[in-house]
Amino acid sequence: MLLRLLPGDPANALLSVGADEAQIAAARRQVGSDLPLPQQFLQFITSLAQFDLGTSFVSRTSVLDEIMARLAVTVPLTLLSFLLAIVVAVPLGIIAAVKADRWYGAAISVVSQLGIAIPVFWVGILLVTVFAVNLRLFPSGGFPPQGWNAPLEALRTLFLPIITIAIVMSASLLRYVRSATQDVLGSDYLRTARAMGSGFGEALVRHGIRNGAVPVVSILGIELATTLLGAVVVERVFTLPGLGSMLLLAIEQRDYPNIQGVLFISTLLVLLIGFLADLAQRFIDPRLRERSGSQP
Amino acid sequence: MTRRQSWAGWGAGVATAMMLVLGSAQAQEANPNATIRIGSLYEPQNLDNTAGAGQGISEAFNGNVYEGLFQLLDDGSVQPRLAEDYSVSEDGLTYTIKLKSNVTFHSGDPLTAADVKHSIERVTAETSKSSRKNSLANIESIEAPDDATVVIHLKSRSISLPYNLTYVWIVNDAAADLTSAADGTGPYKLDSWRRGSSISLVPNENYWGEKPKNGGVTYTYFTEATALNNALLTNAVDIITSVQSPDSLAQFKDNPSFTVSEGASTTKEVLAFNDRVEPFSNTKVRKAITRAINREQLLNSIWGEYGTLIGSFVPPTDPWYVDLNDVDAYDVESAKQLLAEAGFADGFSFTLDTPNYDPHPIVAQFVQNELAKVGIKVNINIITANEWYTKIYQARDFEATLQEHVNHRDIVFYGNPNFYWGYNNQQVVDLIAGAEASATEEEQVEKLKEANRIIAEDAASTWLYLYPQIVVSSASVSGYPVNGLNSQFFAYDIVKRGQ
Repeated sequence: MLLRLLPGDPANALLSVGADEAQIAAARRQVGSDLPLPQQFLQFITSLAQFDLGTSFVSRTSVLDEIMARLAVTVPLTLLSFLLAIVVAVPLGIIAAVKADRWYGAAISVVSQLGIAIPVFWVGILLVTVFAVNLRLFPSGGFPPQGWNAPLEALRTLFLPIITIAIVMSASLLRYVRSATQDVLGSDYLRTARAMGSGFGEALVRHGIRNGAVPVVSILGIELATTLLGAVVVERVFTLPGLGSMLLLAIEQRDYPNIQGVLFISTLLVLLIGFLADLAQRFIDPRLRERSGSQP
Repeated sequence: MTRRQSWAGWGAGVATAMMLVLGSAQAQEANPNATIRIGSLYEPQNLDNTAGAGQGISEAFNGNVYEGLFQLLDDGSVQPRLAEDYSVSEDGLTYTIKLKSNVTFHSGDPLTAADVKHSIERVTAETSKSSRKNSLANIESIEAPDDATVVIHLKSRSISLPYNLTYVWIVNDAAADLTSAADGTGPYKLDSWRRGSSISLVPNENYWGEKPKNGGVTYTYFTEATALNNALLTNAVDIITSVQSPDSLAQFKDNPSFTVSEGASTTKEVLAFNDRVEPFSNTKVRKAITRAINREQLLNSIWGEYGTLIGSFVPPTDPWYVDLNDVDAYDVESAKQLLAEAGFADGFSFTLDTPNYDPHPIVAQFVQNELAKVGIKVNINIITANEWYTKIYQARDFEATLQEHVNHRDIVFYGNPNFYWGYNNQQVVDLIAGAEASATEEEQVEKLKEANRIIAEDAASTWLYLYPQIVVSSASVSGYPVNGLNSQFFAYDIVKRGQ
């Protein structure tokens, strides 16, 4: 709704210098930008209620089809970088907490601080310069025209973007894991477990990880949701046809059906991720299960 | 060295480069099955040039997927394509066009006169978003007396009709959807379109004419010039269709792995005044501003040794080009004098609406500095391309603006007093209308040359410079068009050696 107050008109994306007034009027009629704002909004809500995201003003293709095609890039990109970030950040975060007094524990903390400070596009450009332009190990960008029908090619083009997101994501994730682990280390139950004869490692694995995981999982959920749309910067650097770049282009062109479609679908995805994170927490922590069980 | 000389020097340089390319060609055979990978910044918004697809669709589809009755070749000449031959009646009002036989669409349907009629009417239809719709407005009616003959009746003589038909795609009248699919007669058919990423074309096995010299084409789209250049550097694409930033040329120029070609451009950087409003309704003010801007220095600071200075809207490749650089040559003293004569000895201030993408913001700053020297204060107002279209093109709510005008043969805009810049000189209106109604090309050229001189004398706008048209390719690739007139990029003659 607010977007429609921006100067500009979606019909403009379809026209060029040379068009006459009749053509401009016809284009505005076609995209509906000649209607009053409340009426445009009502139309959108009505079709949404019928699960119809409409067709793009500009490409005249189904919004849902395009979103699905774009998700085929964004979802693998997000999930793979997310998994990589977990694989890197969780062990390192635990080491950084447990061995905080050793030089490598401290070093991990310092490096992760650095990872938080550098912007993601800079990491992307750096990786392109070194691994694509200089070393020619990976493509500098783009996505194969055959898409996932050429799986190796597709993975190769996603490699650098995945690393880029994973570097930045694991840096912040690592800090959460580290502080969660530190909390666990200072907790009474861990001391009790050790007092009852468990070794340090055993106590940490049996009691510590479960407890430490609960806050980390909720952070993971938030991070995953952010990355889904936050991948736009990386998509731009690597010219990937993902959901974020679709949104960016749609805003430039004032292609309202596309903007609304992307926002709607991404809201659904964020809710879904939140729900899954909740489920995961309940699975990890039996107390959460019991609490919800008492409130049917 | 003047611009024109350096331009000619470039031609020679390109020729040498081509010879070098040809020399090394003997070492490696051209591979007829190679897919040519073309990198571009202009992704079409959809696949239909009457539905607002943008210039990218001309680049990918003109002459490749779709053909017209006539074709504008890369050298600027107009040749029959799907027309076998044609005749014009004595009064110039009736064109009878015979179609080539044995032409079929990609879907298998034969080409008939009904398809041609449908295709032209698509461009002139009410819902058409073609920027060229007006050029075809004097078509009275179209008849298809038999399957192989099309008769076009005009309201008035139109010497440019064959030229204007070069951007009318002949499409299958049975095709249901042309915005996300295609059904043409060209040497390639559409294989796939991945929005935001690429368009792939494969050879049309049943093509009526000469088969493509390669095994297909993929256009890959980039949003940033750096990413596009990186793709060429890393061998992810073979050719980039237009270089937008001169800084990036250094990495290709002295490298034997790449060929840099400068062709003839039709893209003009224009400082357009709203000629309806004070003080720009005063010719002296417009001339003063033109004289106060050192355009040679501007071009040099943006493009280095590339690009051309033009004294009017007409580029050297249009048949009605006249060198008008001296009409309002750079001269600060005479600019001040003209301003004084116009009653602005102490200058004035105005707002320059500047599109937010390159090179406009830099050009705006340059203009601001130059005009400050003659006492004119420029307020730069940055707007998006979309706002430009609403505020300036439609509402004409502006004092002055910057814009690049890309089309070939677009001097006609100065013959339309209703155009956004509001230039209104009856003599020019008559000359431009008269040129179109000419019986011979000589007459047309003569009239447009005259119109060209007048708009330059009137400083209807300030024509800052003509962009260079630069194509860079891997040295293993040749046969591509270097001029790219009207954004076309014919792919069928491109060959790639090795692999």
